[in-house]
Amino acid sequence: MFDDFFTRALIAGIGLAITVGPLGCFVIWRRMAYFGDTMAHSALLGVALSLLFDLNLMLSVFIVAAAVSLLLLLLQKRGALSTDALLGILSHSALSIGLVMVAFMTWVRIDLVGFLFGDILAVSEADIDLVWGGGILVLAAIVYLWRPLLASTVNPELAEAEGLQPERARLYFMLLMALVIAIAMKIVGILLITSLLIIPAATARRFATSPEIMAVLASVIGALAVTGGLFGSLHFDTPSGPSIVVAAMGLFVLSLLPFGRNGQTETAIHSTHGGHH
Amino acid sequence: MLEFRKPEQKPLVLMNNAGVRRNGRWLVRGVEFSIARGEIVTLIGPNGSGKSTTAKAAIGVLKPDEGWVEKMPGLKVGYVPQKLAIDWTLPLTVERLMTLTGPLRGREVEEALHSTGIAHLARAEVQHLSGGEFQRALLARAIARKPDLLVLDEPVQGVDFSGEIALYDLIKSIRNQTGCGILLISHDLHVVMAETDTVICLNGHVCCRGTPQMVSQSPEYLKLFGSRAARTLAVYSHDHDHTHLPDGRVLHADGSITEHCHPDDGHHHGDHAHDDHDHAHDHVHGPDCGCGYKSRLQGYDDKETRRV
Repeated sequence: MFDDFFTRALIAGIGLAITVGPLGCFVIWRRMAYFGDTMAHSALLGVALSLLFDLNLMLSVFIVAAAVSLLLLLLQKRGALSTDALLGILSHSALSIGLVMVAFMTWVRIDLVGFLFGDILAVSEADIDLVWGGGILVLAAIVYLWRPLLASTVNPELAEAEGLQPERARLYFMLLMALVIAIAMKIVGILLITSLLIIPAATARRFATSPEIMAVLASVIGALAVTGGLFGSLHFDTPSGPSIVVAAMGLFVLSLLPFGRNGQTETAIHSTHGGHH
Repeated sequence: MLEFRKPEQKPLVLMNNAGVRRNGRWLVRGVEFSIARGEIVTLIGPNGSGKSTTAKAAIGVLKPDEGWVEKMPGLKVGYVPQKLAIDWTLPLTVERLMTLTGPLRGREVEEALHSTGIAHLARAEVQHLSGGEFQRALLARAIARKPDLLVLDEPVQGVDFSGEIALYDLIKSIRNQTGCGILLISHDLHVVMAETDTVICLNGHVCCRGTPQMVSQSPEYLKLFGSRAARTLAVYSHDHDHTHLPDGRVLHADGSITEHCHPDDGHHHGDHAHDDHDHAHDHVHGPDCGCGYKSRLQGYDDKETRRV
């Protein structure tokens, strides 16, 4: 019915969406959207280094993303600048250094647009193995780390006092983020990875009654967005990565409509201002 | 030296000359106290006096920059932090909050919610609770764990006056029923002090310490809080029908609870259990180690009165 490349794209995209769902929930619970962006933008530096030193692309992206998050931790401990400013500096510096390095390497020609916006229609069977293999690894780690991650999201000191090692959970969380970014880069691209993390999770919030349900729903909604986006891109001949994000956004807008559980969304938004201190 | 000791007298936490420094400034220094099972220790002091810092150092959230903190191996802590903001994007019901840091049986959750009076809110989202309800939920979560040591950082904030009395009664009955130790931080001393075995008044260092009555009459305490605070305390003690006898013991009208506030024990610091230990470590309690309580009421450092 479909061409092979389309089926491969569908399988890889759904695998990725399922993987990032729970991780995306933690990104919005912990208010780390900009942090995810920073790690993703640093991926281009990873691409440049992989070309320069002839390293495996995913490995190189993973190392750079992990290094950037560790660097952020160190800079935060110094406490001179706000996290926001540090993220802005790291994010765009890493992206720009990557672009500059690529420009210097006149001997290589790379498809920059492919890295920035992804090329899901070009995934190979080996890529599918990576997405699903890596995805299972990431999901298993999240299940294993669920309690310390969730408890330290609510309050790190509470988690520490009651013996859950929030620092370790945070470190593993960053490594998982780096891994997911390395896997996702090819599919949605550096600039759009964060949207795949955040939008399905934000959509799931409306319907979730517990953190666990929200994590599962985020995966399901992400998979729907990938499917819808890919079919849309096939039908309208639009770029696949952005089409997936547009589909995700469409689902999010749907979730804002006032149906079912009356006024739930309104109450939830109002309590942003009336949170507990 | 080899006197008989009851096993429950081994302290849950022992702080020895502990101090925490951040950005070149000492948040608190020279903190010494211990908490045994069944004991309520209350930290009081003005804002910024190091109460929360001391509590965090006691349970290992902060590492002391000087001195040391010894926790009983395998100590199970139940913690109610002073500030807890839960992002509205996290769908968390009261029931789910209960098992945040460890699994519990359904019955244990029900009991804890019932004893804090919020059983009807089990399925409510925590973001929709009032300040008082939220504090009760946090307290329920901490006690449902059946901890050895309950650490409560201003647990009655946002609770109205009658609710406050009810929560303090609950805290007292938790201590009486489970025998756990309680480290309580309060800015609201006239209510809490009556149930407390040891009050430690902090102001960047240990300003004074002792039974509630002793502290309320100490010159350092009066300097920090003014004499009106002491008068309020006296009224409260009277209302609760217990009297601090001249020799320091607490006489309860109903006689159901006998707290041991012997001044001969010092500040109820576990000295009786740890005399040899103290000497072995050659640590300093102040100029009056092991002697009568009167000199304990003197501030360790009379000159320092910052942040009053």
